[in-house]
Amino acid sequence: MSITKVCGIETEYGIVMRGVEDQNPIAASSILISAYLDEVAAGGANSGDGPLLGWDFEDEQPDRDARGFTPHGSQAPDIEMHLVNAVLTNGARYYVDHAHPELATPECSNARSVVVFDRAAERILQLSMDAANRILPPGQEIVIYKNNSDGKGNSYGCHENYMMDRETPFGRIVSDVTPHFITRQIFCGAGKVGCEAGLSSDEVPFQISQRADFFEEEVGLETTLKRPIINTRDEPHADPQKYRRLHVIIGDANMSEIATFLKVGSTAIVLAMIEDDFLPRKFTFAKPIRALRSVSYDLTLRQPLALSDGTTTTALAVQWELFERAAAFANKSGLACVGEEVGRDILAKWEEVLTGLESDPMALADQIDWVAKYRLIEGYRDRHGLDWSNARLNALDLQYHDLRADRSLSRRVGLQTICNESEIESAMSDPPLDTRAYFRGMCLKKFGDEIVSANWDSLVFDTGEKRLRRVPMLEPLRGTAAHVGSVLESSSSAAELLESLGA
Amino acid sequence: MTEREQIRKTPTEAPAIEVDETPGVSDQAEKLKAELDDLLDEIDEVLETNAEEFVRSFVQKGGQ
Repeated sequence: MSITKVCGIETEYGIVMRGVEDQNPIAASSILISAYLDEVAAGGANSGDGPLLGWDFEDEQPDRDARGFTPHGSQAPDIEMHLVNAVLTNGARYYVDHAHPELATPECSNARSVVVFDRAAERILQLSMDAANRILPPGQEIVIYKNNSDGKGNSYGCHENYMMDRETPFGRIVSDVTPHFITRQIFCGAGKVGCEAGLSSDEVPFQISQRADFFEEEVGLETTLKRPIINTRDEPHADPQKYRRLHVIIGDANMSEIATFLKVGSTAIVLAMIEDDFLPRKFTFAKPIRALRSVSYDLTLRQPLALSDGTTTTALAVQWELFERAAAFANKSGLACVGEEVGRDILAKWEEVLTGLESDPMALADQIDWVAKYRLIEGYRDRHGLDWSNARLNALDLQYHDLRADRSLSRRVGLQTICNESEIESAMSDPPLDTRAYFRGMCLKKFGDEIVSANWDSLVFDTGEKRLRRVPMLEPLRGTAAHVGSVLESSSSAAELLESLGA
Repeated sequence: MTEREQIRKTPTEAPAIEVDETPGVSDQAEKLKAELDDLLDEIDEVLETNAEEFVRSFVQKGGQ
């Protein structure tokens, strides 16, 4: 039986420091995040927030491989422990990673919740920019971009995470989800001017995905070099006997709420079907990396992709088949694993978008990032008679992702939204109610002074006794408002809370 | 459902879509076209003034 797809998104943002000779992105990221934390602590940006604190690295194991072995020469990511690293009261983690500010949303129980917390993350970055720019010397400014490439061969990630049943064989996940990852970019690609994999602007003037150029392997542990379509990091941040966390590194950061919703929603359903072994037809690509890039380079969506059995398919055909299976899966098993109501919305949107991509992709310019960006840039190019190699088009591309409200192009192209303002506002400081992030966030709000450190699967309290007390949270669906809301409410100290919980 | 089925049956025979063709097939496309024209009219006010320098200096360290 497929399990609830607890999920979340971690985004590394592009960062520019203006008005200085030599940019130091690590220092700039630290200034950015510290300025936000200071402001929150002072009751400014998000009044009502409790204190924030350091991350606990006790359980981090980024070098553990889901295949059960680590291939020779494979490079495991390093953990950077000395940089700014905080837990927010909404249950998120906000830190400096690889010379970028990164924000990981709290664990969410469904795709819609992920969209709300992803938008809240953007707001937090915006407030961070404002806070940092208030303390920087005149003439200096930090600007944040929610994209995945600098157009010069350097990429940074927007990763997704999905909780899966440990009993599902990893090999089946690899074979069954790869076709989805190669083809889902037709609705969740963020679009990019030009190519960073050696082709000219005549050959690839514009492509669907930000990230496709940077993938070189089918399966592997790396995340910064020779990036694989399937990442094998086996770090469940939960009971390792029962769960795995599929760490997805192939997505683009989306500005469109609908694109984020469909990216996470469709993937959650595909993974649930894999758990139930409900995907009978295997699309085994003859050359997966070539297929990935072919899909990204083909705006007609009609490019034949070679399968290993000698036949061909297209990105649209693969997506239609996955959608049809998902619809059958919903009829047979229901969609409790992704939230029944949200699941129905995912299916309806998935069908609508595939139908649109098939008949008139450009009519999806208010829903799909690559289409919105392409229309804007093509319109500008046409109006001014520019070649695709003109830098003004690259500038438009970057500015689509600019998080400054007065500069952002993505906020001017009329993208539809699915979240309302008040829920985004709340999600900047309040955790989701229906995962363990509730316990983490509410404890921080209420007993922040008595918490020494936190991470995804534990909290460490100092209640004034001789020893510190670690509360493990190995079940991502426990510690919800339904489970601990009343105990949290009635406890007046951390010691009392731990007593009531029997910790 | 039936409309989509109908569309789906013929994808390989359909001519390649001209993605830059002038949309006019639906009200939605007309609306988007009008909005795009408005945006293009005023976009220079928000664009970075020196595009070449802006693009050249936008250099990021590789991440994940």
